Amino acid sequence: MAEQHPENWKAYRGGGTAIPDDLALEPGLQDGTERSQPAVREEICLDVRGISLFYGEKQALNDISLSIPRNRVTAFIGPSGCGKSTLLRCFNRMNDLIDDAIVTGEIRLNGLDIHDRSVDVAQLRRLVGMVFQRPNPFPKSIYDNVAYGLRLQRGMTRSEIDDRVEWGLRSAALWEEVSDRLKESALELSGGQQQRLVIARAIAVEPEVLLLDEPASSLDPISTLKIEELIHELKNDYTIVIVTHNMHQAARVSDYTAFLYLGELIEHDDTDTIFTNPSRQQTEDYITGRYG
Amino acid sequence: MPSDTTTDSRPVPQTLPADAPKEGWWRSGTPWIWLNAMAVGVGVSAVAGLLGLIAVRGLAHFWPADVAVMGLADGSIVMGELVDVEYTDPASFEQAGGQDAGPIERWLVKTGNRRVNGPDFRWVLAANVADTRFPSDVAVFERTEWGNAYGRISALYENGVLVANGNHAWNEMQSRLERVVELREEMTATQSTTIDPVNYRLERLRIERRRHVLEGTPEAPGLAAEERRLHATYREAETRLRTLADAMRRDAVEIVIMDGRTLVQPLGDVMRVWQPNSMSVYDKLLHYMKSLGVFLTGEPREANTEGGIFPAIFGTVMMVLLMAVIVAPLGVVAAVYLREYARQGLPVRLIRIAVNNLAGVPSIVYGVFGLGFFVYLVGGTIDDVFYPEAQPAPTFGTPGLIWASLTLALLTVPVVIVSTEEGLTRIPRSIREGSLALGATKAETLFRLVLPVASPSILTGIILAAARAAGEVAPLMLVGVVKLAPALPVDAIPPFIHLERKFMHLGFHIYDVGFQSPNVEAARPLVYATALLLILIVIALNLAAIMLRTRLESRHEIAEA
Repeated sequence: MAEQHPENWKAYRGGGTAIPDDLALEPGLQDGTERSQPAVREEICLDVRGISLFYGEKQALNDISLSIPRNRVTAFIGPSGCGKSTLLRCFNRMNDLIDDAIVTGEIRLNGLDIHDRSVDVAQLRRLVGMVFQRPNPFPKSIYDNVAYGLRLQRGMTRSEIDDRVEWGLRSAALWEEVSDRLKESALELSGGQQQRLVIARAIAVEPEVLLLDEPASSLDPISTLKIEELIHELKNDYTIVIVTHNMHQAARVSDYTAFLYLGELIEHDDTDTIFTNPSRQQTEDYITGRYG
Repeated sequence: MPSDTTTDSRPVPQTLPADAPKEGWWRSGTPWIWLNAMAVGVGVSAVAGLLGLIAVRGLAHFWPADVAVMGLADGSIVMGELVDVEYTDPASFEQAGGQDAGPIERWLVKTGNRRVNGPDFRWVLAANVADTRFPSDVAVFERTEWGNAYGRISALYENGVLVANGNHAWNEMQSRLERVVELREEMTATQSTTIDPVNYRLERLRIERRRHVLEGTPEAPGLAAEERRLHATYREAETRLRTLADAMRRDAVEIVIMDGRTLVQPLGDVMRVWQPNSMSVYDKLLHYMKSLGVFLTGEPREANTEGGIFPAIFGTVMMVLLMAVIVAPLGVVAAVYLREYARQGLPVRLIRIAVNNLAGVPSIVYGVFGLGFFVYLVGGTIDDVFYPEAQPAPTFGTPGLIWASLTLALLTVPVVIVSTEEGLTRIPRSIREGSLALGATKAETLFRLVLPVASPSILTGIILAAARAAGEVAPLMLVGVVKLAPALPVDAIPPFIHLERKFMHLGFHIYDVGFQSPNVEAARPLVYATALLLILIVIALNLAAIMLRTRLESRHEIAEA
């Protein structure tokens, strides 16, 4: 983790000026003059400035800057291998786990540099929850899955955990289906249920941001619909970033859309604008299916 | 001619060659399946045959066999249990000086009465036996020394005075035998509850004295008084033992043995008497169960050829459990470091190869290492530092249970490392990332997710390690196993668990009874019985671990990605 990869810190010499004691500071309005910035009116949650990422010699992201507004759904679209998942994994520093990945640039969560030395990565990941492409429930009971993140936080009583598990499962629209079999293995759930369980697990710890990495790509259409409805519900309380290569899905669920291509951010705007009146030719070609 | 080829290339109906089914049979792989099935069949029947042989030979030993009285052609009489029937090759028999005539049947008869008859087994040629009878009044005497005696009870004496004879003698003897059994129990109890602890205390006192001398400090005031008190207790117990021994010598039975001679047998040396020829099947079953119980719970007698093997069972189980307790954390921690924390590269690969090769080092080499390193170096150092007053007698610097367990832990640690690593590798990256994404640190992920999910694999490693350790003999002979241990490693004397003590082990017991025994024929069934028991213990230990593993597996099965 961070200690094992001092390169990460070297890359951020120009980072945060002050060292705040808590990540969850009051969010500030960002000035976004020269960047791709559709969301000036919105309160900014995640502010990305000049992020580049290298896997050894290979560059996967090239100087990406964008702002992700609070309590909105932002979708990353683009062809396979364009770097949208990689960018997503920058937000909770999952790329730290890859030995030869080097990140340069700055990401601010609520105005706070997430690469700052004072930041506890575990704490960051609690604030920035993540749901992966394939459902990855732990080989434990349904209850233990949701309680897993809660038990990591010391000092919660049994009944508090019980309440939060129920609340998480309700928020993920799964409670009705599993309330009578919480002690059964999570692996016995269907794929769609597993994915909602994983979402419940992520929101039980009350993050601010929810990163969804193609959450519906391995699910059937009905489960996909449920997940999309859930995303609609959740955006009232969370800032959601979703990676998808299904453009209809992006159009349905997101408020803002960013189009990435070959590690570059091509366009970032209101979802309506992107899909009806994109300003770049490449974006238009992609959403009309001419390549990708 | 291109036009010709196009017209000819119409699909022609293919006719099957005449011998197609046969060729198809070969090509279908069916013979291969049969070959595999046969290999499995051979393996299974070999194992079943082995277990069957051991079980039959070992368990039959405790059945109270009928005592035959055989009249031989030359007029002499042989009395004893028929143990074995053998057909000898006439040629080799001729060489030995006999006459020829087809395969020769000969019987092995356990005639007992050692010291009177000489050896207690005897070969009898079937052809020489004129008649065989099973008289109901023949009795078998199980004695504390010199094996069984066979004969008819003719009289009973108390202090050399005739008390009863004929049928009365048998009935009178029963109650007197009960008295002997009670007296014997009291002697054993006196020995273990009074004499052994007093001896131990006295030895501690001597060592404490010596320590005061070494350190130049004045002796604690109560020491001499304590010693006097202990000596008094000892003398008292000794007197009591002598009284009991005298009481046991009171009665004696007169036995008429097969050649008509009489043998006066003090009842004090008799464990049990039975008349197998007049026992019903139910009686025999009862007797059988009792014999089996004695075998499982008793102490060995007569250079291990009689009595029970409880100390060996206890030593084996204790050693294996202690080894598992040592090897499990060692192996798991090593595997976690190699797989989870160490940077994968040439050094780690070399270490892994070395670990795998360690599993192939002959076990006696570990024994030599254990003796040199654990016993002499570590144990010797412990003695020098903590027990200087007991010198020159070693406390830990001599083979013992703890060193045997440590040596075997070293021997089996590669197995645990390899299977734990396998378990860790099988855990998909996705669920580790899931844990990290919830804000768990790497260590939290390890303890809350990875190790629980890998626990079935860890247990598999421990099962394999325990199975190997239970069956290992060679290294143990160097680091702690003895033919006859004076005391169990656990007893009532503080600190209750004595890891420095030598112990007995079933594997070594088999070797000792089978190959170092002066009485081969008597020992042979015990070899089978002990082998059966060793197998059963290994199976029991494994089953316990497998059940635990199944429970853990059902809780932590990994999603097939």
